Amino acid sequence: MIRYGMVIDTQLCIGCGDCVVACKTENKLPAGLNRDWVVEATRGRYPDLTTEFRSERCNHCSHATCVHTCPTGASHLWKDTNIVLVDAAKCTGCKACIAACPYDARLIMTPDGYIDKCTFCHHRVEKGEDPACVSSCPTHCMHFGILDEPSSAVSRLLASRQQKVLLDETGNQPNVYYLI
Amino acid sequence: MLEELLVTVRSNPKIDPSLGVWSWEIPVYLFMGGMTAGIMLFASLMVLLAREEEFPFVARKLPLWAPIALSVGMLFLFLDLSHKLYVWRFYTSFQPSSPMSWGSWILILVYPVSILLAACTLRQGYPWLGRLVDRFAIGTAILDFSCRHRAVVAQWGLVLAVFLGFYTGILLSAFSARPFWNTGFLAPLFLVSGMSAAAALVLLGTRNEHERHTFTRIDIVLITVKLALIALLLVNLATGSGVQIEASQMVFGGEFAIPFWVFFIIPGVMLPLILEYWELKGRRRAWMFISPVLALYGGYMLRHLTVDLGQTSSYLNYVNAFDPALLDLLR
Repeated sequence: MIRYGMVIDTQLCIGCGDCVVACKTENKLPAGLNRDWVVEATRGRYPDLTTEFRSERCNHCSHATCVHTCPTGASHLWKDTNIVLVDAAKCTGCKACIAACPYDARLIMTPDGYIDKCTFCHHRVEKGEDPACVSSCPTHCMHFGILDEPSSAVSRLLASRQQKVLLDETGNQPNVYYLI
Repeated sequence: MLEELLVTVRSNPKIDPSLGVWSWEIPVYLFMGGMTAGIMLFASLMVLLAREEEFPFVARKLPLWAPIALSVGMLFLFLDLSHKLYVWRFYTSFQPSSPMSWGSWILILVYPVSILLAACTLRQGYPWLGRLVDRFAIGTAILDFSCRHRAVVAQWGLVLAVFLGFYTGILLSAFSARPFWNTGFLAPLFLVSGMSAAAALVLLGTRNEHERHTFTRIDIVLITVKLALIALLLVNLATGSGVQIEASQMVFGGEFAIPFWVFFIIPGVMLPLILEYWELKGRRRAWMFISPVLALYGGYMLRHLTVDLGQTSSYLNYVNAFDPALLDLLR
């Protein structure tokens, strides 16, 4: 399996939200629906505070509980990769995948009712391009590539910097990394 | 201190600010599924233990309510789907890792068995319905077939009832992302609760004193076991991981404390238990319809609160700063 991943440098992210706008534009999402979002996490006690901005989305987990729980096979892996997609023509809207995602990264498409989510812009990946959010980032804090390829930009970044993933304790093995 | 704010708007309907994808339809489906399991279990046992004469309501009248309850439950499951036209997709594949897929196929097996279990009882239990079905050659054939293979149908009924009852709990407990659901106690709890709901139906329907007395005793045992399983579930969560402890605290003083204790445990579990005990002792017999009604209410509330609690419990703790009312100030 080819394992695609995203590496986001929290030291460079300024929380501008361009990734969110780019996603909505690229994927023509209806008003009120979002596949990605930006979190501002503040730690500490005043005046000793640290803040990080995180651009978040589906983690395209290696152990994708949403895929395992889907009763119809609508939630599936794209080709031989870890990119999780939803086939609207197979989706009943039972919402089991939404309940199965610890990141609450899925949404109900309006007005149709099928379940929707971040696709890592696989239509762009297919052409060798980065996802829209990565391409649009003005601080170049977002990187995309194949995680198991030692020479890829994402692998080199992960080898050179301290990193974390979100909710590692769930065992979902997420593939969006945050450099800290 | 850790405070996590959403900088950009994330207000996906039914996901934010807290998960609420399953409303009352799924609890009704789980309740009806559990009750179907209970009905089939009791009805099958009567056949297999050859106690049909002793328990006339359970043996002859109760089985018909299994396919009816199942149909109502499946109707509400259908109503919950947000992409309804694709409901048939449940039956174009089998996904071994998906409890819901197992459930879909179990229901396909349960349906005909529940109908066959009821079919043999129609002529005696509901003579007018039996005569109606007998007017059609295929109807007569089905009734005769079900009576000829009564024991086999009851064996299947018993096994499938246990599967169905467990499934209604496993459906939720398999979601590791929702700390309140992620406990093995839900499966036996929902099975026992389904059996209690079926016993309550018997108490409401029977006119036989021996049957009423026996099923009052059975229901007392079932409600006691249910209470013990609820206590074990809460102990399990309260001694679990951090997110599970947080989830259990919702019923010990959190936003669900009043619904859980005042609207569920007291009227839906404790009161029917006390009333049924009194009935067994020969007191308050004029009120004897109240305890099964409360037991049924308790069965539904158990599902409703479990579904709500599970959706509210989460690994995430974002403060969703988006307030649509603020937009009006800008206009």
